Amino acid sequence: MIWSKRNILFLSVTDKLVLIVLRLGAVIAALVMLLILIFLLTESWPALMQITPTRFLTDASWHPLESAYNLAPMFSGTLLASVGALALAIPLGLASALFIVFYASARLATSYRRLIELLAGIPSVVFGFWGLTTLVPLITQLHPPGASLLAAILVLTLMILPTITVTAFSALQAVPDEFLRGATALGLSRWGMIYGVALPAARIGIVSGIMLAAGRAIGETMAVLMVAGNVVQHPASLFDPIRTLAANIALEMAYAMGDHRAVLFVTGLLLMLLVIILAVAADWLRKTSHDWSASS
Amino acid sequence: MNKRLLYRDHLAQWLIYLAVLMVGAVFFWILSDLMRGGISHISWSFLTESPRDAGRSGGIGSILISTLWILLVALATALPLAWTTAILLAEFVSISSQFGIIVRFSLQVLAGVPSIVFGLFGNALFSIYLGMGFSILSGGLTLACMLLPILVSTAEAGLRAVPQSYRLSAAALGMSKTASLIHLLLPVAAPALAAGLLLGIGRAIAETAALIFTSGYVDRMPDSLLDSGRALALHIFDLSMNVPGGDQPAYASALVLVALLLCINILAMKFTYSVQRKRIMPV
Repeated sequence: MIWSKRNILFLSVTDKLVLIVLRLGAVIAALVMLLILIFLLTESWPALMQITPTRFLTDASWHPLESAYNLAPMFSGTLLASVGALALAIPLGLASALFIVFYASARLATSYRRLIELLAGIPSVVFGFWGLTTLVPLITQLHPPGASLLAAILVLTLMILPTITVTAFSALQAVPDEFLRGATALGLSRWGMIYGVALPAARIGIVSGIMLAAGRAIGETMAVLMVAGNVVQHPASLFDPIRTLAANIALEMAYAMGDHRAVLFVTGLLLMLLVIILAVAADWLRKTSHDWSASS
Repeated sequence: MNKRLLYRDHLAQWLIYLAVLMVGAVFFWILSDLMRGGISHISWSFLTESPRDAGRSGGIGSILISTLWILLVALATALPLAWTTAILLAEFVSISSQFGIIVRFSLQVLAGVPSIVFGLFGNALFSIYLGMGFSILSGGLTLACMLLPILVSTAEAGLRAVPQSYRLSAAALGMSKTASLIHLLLPVAAPALAAGLLLGIGRAIAETAALIFTSGYVDRMPDSLLDSGRALALHIFDLSMNVPGGDQPAYASALVLVALLLCINILAMKFTYSVQRKRIMPV
């Protein structure tokens, strides 16, 4: 396997063959994304051609068998569940990250970090199942029916909390030590240092983590499907059942035909674009900022 | 420091401790709920028998076999693609090359796609367009697409963590690129590759939404790769949503799934931390 060669840039015949194989693999891997886009577009084409986009918001209701395709209630359901989950997960996740970086002892910090990582590994269907058997009965006692926007928000919170914690943790850890020491030397208290120096210095990493978490919340299907009640309506309160866009796909794909099926693919396309925009924006934010938290 | 600031500091500290306590408590609440609900139902026969009466009795033997087959198909497809891509990106093209940027961007976008969209895609391409129907094969291939980004990014990071001096020494000894890759770089990066592989396995067996419309619902023992096979996560979903009185086996199946995932993830962490601790391994 050892070849003599003229310089270190020289590639032997084996090297060239290997390079061809590697390129082939990489091209196929890169094409998967294109393939997904193409198939979603061709499958949703009939709907995009026949149904004017405004009908998705102005139709009387969501009765796909009678060609009524109003997606607005599901938009509001998806939005409310995601925003609610973010509202709970951001403070909890930030507190967790601050605890790991600034408050806990080294050993406690490591164990808590492992716990968060294990929480991230619990599958969505188990969160959904737990929500269904534990949270929903609890909420029913409070205000029937238990399967509701509130249950969806709580389950989603648990699912996106690890994302926010882990990204905030790495952003906070990337803040240079001099900053923190400088703050302490100026006589700032611990919270003064965190609030005045550490959080502003790490804000870009934290925000991009929140955007990733938002994408995850919007795209989550099974857990929400199991606890949200799945009634197509604009919820009037936290205790009303909702249906999200992703859950709608999972519920109706099994029997959807023709235009109905195409509309489901349109919602899939929408979901994908939404989540991709969030993911790309988060990454762009991290890359283009001249922030020290990004450079390490 | 004045009094007000001191109170503010204490308040912040207690709020943070409270939040951490809540998160920890919920984690153990979930685990203990699953334990309490499922432990009594788990036995050797539960793990080996096929489900009967829509899963209310019998076990999850055939479900575990289907899950394993789906996983094997996914890995057999995704691993070669992912690792060749990672090697190319880390060793053969420069960070700023156009080709590398395009591949990386495409994979990064792929990582953001929600799993239900993979389900739609798999259904349209593998099940219908390529005529595989609801089968272990189409489920596994769908999962393979989903695993690509995580396998590539972990392997690429692992290769990049190998010190540059290794490559220079290999070149100085006159080793060809392929030889240094096989004898030096890949063995050194092996723990990182293993950690990525385990994370990928964890993702795959946790997946539900991508499999509903690709690998299907059939719960008997699969005869071939073109048979429909129900994955473990899907079994939990079906038992809890569609089968009245399926709570006991659902608890037990969830416990099996979570226990499997915890083991896999802890093992993956061990590999990752061992790489972080000693970047340089005696070869």
